[in-house]
Amino acid sequence: MSTLTFTKHIWKKSFLQIHSSLKRPKLNYHTNECQSIDNEYIYEVSMNIRTMSEMSGSKALMQSLEKEGVEIVFGLPGGANLPIYDALVDAKFRHVLVRHEQSAAHMADGYARIKRKAGVCLATSGPGATNLITGIATAYADSSPLIAITGQVPLNMIGKDAFQETDIIGVANPCTKYAFQPRLATEIPEVIKKSFYIAESGRPGPVLVDIPKDVQQEVTDIQFPDLIKVRGYKPIVDPDLSNVGKAVELIISSQRPIIMAGGGVILSGAFSELQALAELIMAPVVTTFKGKGAFPENHPLAMGPIGMHGHAEANRIILEADCILAVGARFSDRSVGRFDEFGKGMNIIHLDIDPAEIGKNKSVDIAIVGDVKSALRTMVKMLSKGRTNRSSDSPWLQRRKELIDYFSQNIKDYPRELTARKALKKLRELLPVDSIVTTEVGQCQMWTSLHFDVISPGTFFSSTGLGTMGFGFPASIGAKAARPNVPVVDIAGDGSFNMTENSLAVSVLENLPVIVFLLNNDMLGMVAQWQRTFYDRRYMGVHQKRCPDYVKIAEAYGANGFKVQSMDELDKAIKSALRTEVATVIDITIDPEEDVYPFVAPGTGLKDMITGA
Amino acid sequence: MSSKEYRNKPLYIISSLVENKPGVLFRITNLFRARNFNIESITVGITEKPDLSRMTITTRIDESILDQLVKQLRKLIDIVEVEVLDVNNTVYRELALIKIRAKDFTNRNEIINFANVFRANILDIGKESVTVEVIGTPDKIDAFKNLIIQYDIVEMARTGVSALQRGE
Ligand SMILES: Cc1cc2nc3c(=O)[nH]c(=O)nc-3n(C[C@H](O)[C@H](O)[C@H](O)COP(=O)(O)OP(=O)(O)OC[C@H]3O[C@@H](n4cnc5c(N)ncnc54)[C@H](O)[C@@H]3O)c2cc1C
Ligand SMILES: Cc1ncc(C[n+]2csc(CCOP(=O)(O)OP(=O)(O)O)c2C)c(N)n1
Ligand SMILES: [Mg+2]
Repeated sequence: MSTLTFTKHIWKKSFLQIHSSLKRPKLNYHTNECQSIDNEYIYEVSMNIRTMSEMSGSKALMQSLEKEGVEIVFGLPGGANLPIYDALVDAKFRHVLVRHEQSAAHMADGYARIKRKAGVCLATSGPGATNLITGIATAYADSSPLIAITGQVPLNMIGKDAFQETDIIGVANPCTKYAFQPRLATEIPEVIKKSFYIAESGRPGPVLVDIPKDVQQEVTDIQFPDLIKVRGYKPIVDPDLSNVGKAVELIISSQRPIIMAGGGVILSGAFSELQALAELIMAPVVTTFKGKGAFPENHPLAMGPIGMHGHAEANRIILEADCILAVGARFSDRSVGRFDEFGKGMNIIHLDIDPAEIGKNKSVDIAIVGDVKSALRTMVKMLSKGRTNRSSDSPWLQRRKELIDYFSQNIKDYPRELTARKALKKLRELLPVDSIVTTEVGQCQMWTSLHFDVISPGTFFSSTGLGTMGFGFPASIGAKAARPNVPVVDIAGDGSFNMTENSLAVSVLENLPVIVFLLNNDMLGMVAQWQRTFYDRRYMGVHQKRCPDYVKIAEAYGANGFKVQSMDELDKAIKSALRTEVATVIDITIDPEEDVYPFVAPGTGLKDMITGA
Repeated sequence: MSSKEYRNKPLYIISSLVENKPGVLFRITNLFRARNFNIESITVGITEKPDLSRMTITTRIDESILDQLVKQLRKLIDIVEVEVLDVNNTVYRELALIKIRAKDFTNRNEIINFANVFRANILDIGKESVTVEVIGTPDKIDAFKNLIIQYDIVEMARTGVSALQRGE
C-alpha cells in the first residue's frame, strides 16, 4: 500500500474520483525511463490516505497467480527473471526448482493433466525460454493448459541482439494458443487473468507470457481486474440442440453403433456421461490412444485403443460398425490410418469443441460443436426417455465377444520368461487402480497401450500428439504434485528416460516420489523396429550399449534402484517401490528384438493391420 | 502444383477485422505458412474504429479447403471477425502503378490512349517511360497489363485488394 498525500479539498472528493484522476507514471518506450508523475493532485503534506496498491510488476505477477489459485510453479532462474525470483521469496505458493527448463514445462503439463487446470512454469530469457519450447509444443499438440512465464531483456534492449535475447514470442507462435508481452507493469494482472482464461477454456492449450525485466521491476499502482474480455475469442460450450437431436436419431436407427472416445473426453472430465451413454445405447467403446482411460478398460463394452498400434479387436470392430460417434477425437492419422478409407460407407457423428476440427481430416455426417460433457449429458437425457431397448446379447455385442476371443487366442506372446507384456500385466496386478500412470515414447508407450488396462478413468496420460521422449518422467512428477496421495508410475524406455533423468533430483529433493518402470531393451526400440521392418535390419543409431547403469544413476540422485531380470525379481521390486514411497527406478531387462504388434503401417488403412501372429 | 494449376483455382476475398496492435499480421501470415495456404494479396489499414484494422486477404484455393482456412483464421484470438466476401455482392478495388518503357512519341501516344480506355491516370512522363495509375478489380488491372506488356514494363507495384460488402 502506498501512502499518497493530498490537499484537503481534494481529499473531500469521493475515493473513486481521486482514484480515477491519478495518472500512472508514464514509461518512455525509447529511453525506458519513468517520467515524473504529472499530476496536480499529488503534492503537499496535509493528510495521509491509503489508496491503491503500489508494487512491482513481479509482485503483481505473484498476486495475480495467487488469485488464479496457483499452488505450485516449476522453474529455473536467470538474469532476466531475477525480479520474479525475488518476488517468489514471499509468494504464497510453492516453487519447484528443476534441472532443465524442458522438464519444468513437462512437470507443469503433467500437473495440469491431472488437476485439469493450468500448470505454470518459469524460465529466464534466451536459452531458458528456448529450453521450454519442446514442453510448450508438447502441451500444444495434446491441448494441455499451460502457462509459461519467461523473462525477457528490458524493453529498450529488445531488438538490439542483447545478451540472452530471443524473440520467444516469434519462436513460440506456432505452438501456443496465444502469447503476451506486457509492456507496462499495470498490464500484468489483466494479462495473467486472460492467460488462464485462454489456456483453460474451449480447447485448452499453452499460453506464453514474456515479461521484460524492467516491466518486472517497475513499481507503480496496480489494479487487479475482476472481469476481462477477449473480444476475438468465443469458445462454444453448449452444443446446438437440433444437431444433438439428429445425432440421437441416427444412433437409434443404427444397428451397429460404436463410440470412439478421444482426448476431449478426458480434457472435459466427462467420464460418467460417456459411460452412461455407452450403457444406454449398448455400443462398444473404442478409444484413441490419447483417449485411453476415458472409459474403464475392464468394462464389458470396452475395446481399447484403435490405430497404428491399436488393439486388434478394436481395429477390426470399427470396420464393421454402421455408425461411429467420435467424441472429442480429431481423427489423427495415427488413430484412423488413411483418412479416405476410414469410416467409408458408415455414418460419422463428430463431437468436438473446436469448430476447425470439423471436416479437417474427415468429412462427417453430423457435426456437434461443443463441450463433450454438456453434449453427452443432453444426449443421455434425450435417450433416457425410453427410446432405446438394446440388450447386452445383441448380435453386435456378440460380435464384440467373438473378436476379442479370436484375437486373444491368435496373438502369440514373445517367447521369453520376462517380456514387456508380462511385466505390464504384473504391474497392473500390483498397482492400486487409482494410481496415475504415464509413459515415455516408443515401444514402451505402445506396449502400455496394448497390455496395461486403465481402470479408473482419467488416471492415464502420455505425450501422444508430439510423442516427446523425456516427457513421461517429469510429467509424472508434476502429476504427483497434483495428486500426492496416490502412487504415480512412469512406464519408460531406456532412451527416453535418458533425456530427462536429471529430474530424479527433483523427485528426491522435493519429496515427489514416482516409480520409473523402465522397460530396458537397450535400444531406441521403436526406431529399431522400423529399421527391422522397413529398412532390412540395417540398424543405425539405435544401440544404447548398456550405458548408463540405471541403478547407479538412481542411487547417485538418492533414489532407489532395482535391476530386474526375472518375474520374481519384478514382483519384489514393484512391491518394494509401492511400500517405500521413495523415488524408485525399476530397471527391467527385456529382449532388444521384441516388436510391437499389431501394426498398421503408415499410409495404410486399419484393414491392413498386421497382427504379427 | 504447377503455376497454371494454381491460377486455375478460384479466387476468394477474405475480409477480417483484427486487433490493431503489433504482431497481428505476423500471426496471420504465419498461419498461412504453417497450414500450407497461399496468400495472393494482403492489405491492412485502419477502420472507423481506432482499435480495429481491416485486413483483406485474397487467396486461390479449392473450395473444399476454404472452410478450413476460415475456421483456422477464426481461431486466432487477435481476429475479431472473418468473412468470405461474395464476389457478386462486393465492391473491391486494387491500385496498380506501372512504369512502361516508351522510347518515342508514337509509343507514348499509344500508351496514353490505352490508359484513357481503361480510365487510368498518367502520373509521370519521362524521356524513356510513362507511369500509369490503374484502379479497378484485379482482372481489369491484369487486362491492362496484358495490353501494354508489348512495350516492356519497367516496374510495377500493386496494392492488393481492398473490399467491402455492398449495402448495409
Ligand atoms: C509412438 C506413437 C504411436 C501412436 N499410436 C497411436 C495409435 O495407434 N492410435 C491412436 O489413436 N493414437 C496413437 N498415437 C497418438 C496420436 O499421435 C494422437 O495424439 C492421438 O491419436 C490423438 O487423439 P485424440 O484425437 O483423441 O486426442 P487429442 O489430440 O487430444 O484431440 C482432442 C480433440 O478433442 C477436442 N476437445 C478438447 N476438449 C474438448 C471438450 N471439452 N469437449 C469436446 N471436445 C474437446 C479437441 O478440439 C480435439 O479435436 C500415437 C502416438 C505416438 C507417439
Ligand atoms: C525427442 C525425441 N527424439 C526422437 C524421437 C523419435 N523416437 C521415437 S521412439 C524412439 C525410441 C525410444 O526409445 P526408448 O525410450 O528406449 O523406448 P523403446 O522404443 O525402446 O521402448 C525415438 C528415438 C522422439 N519421439 N522424440
Ligand atoms: Mg528402449
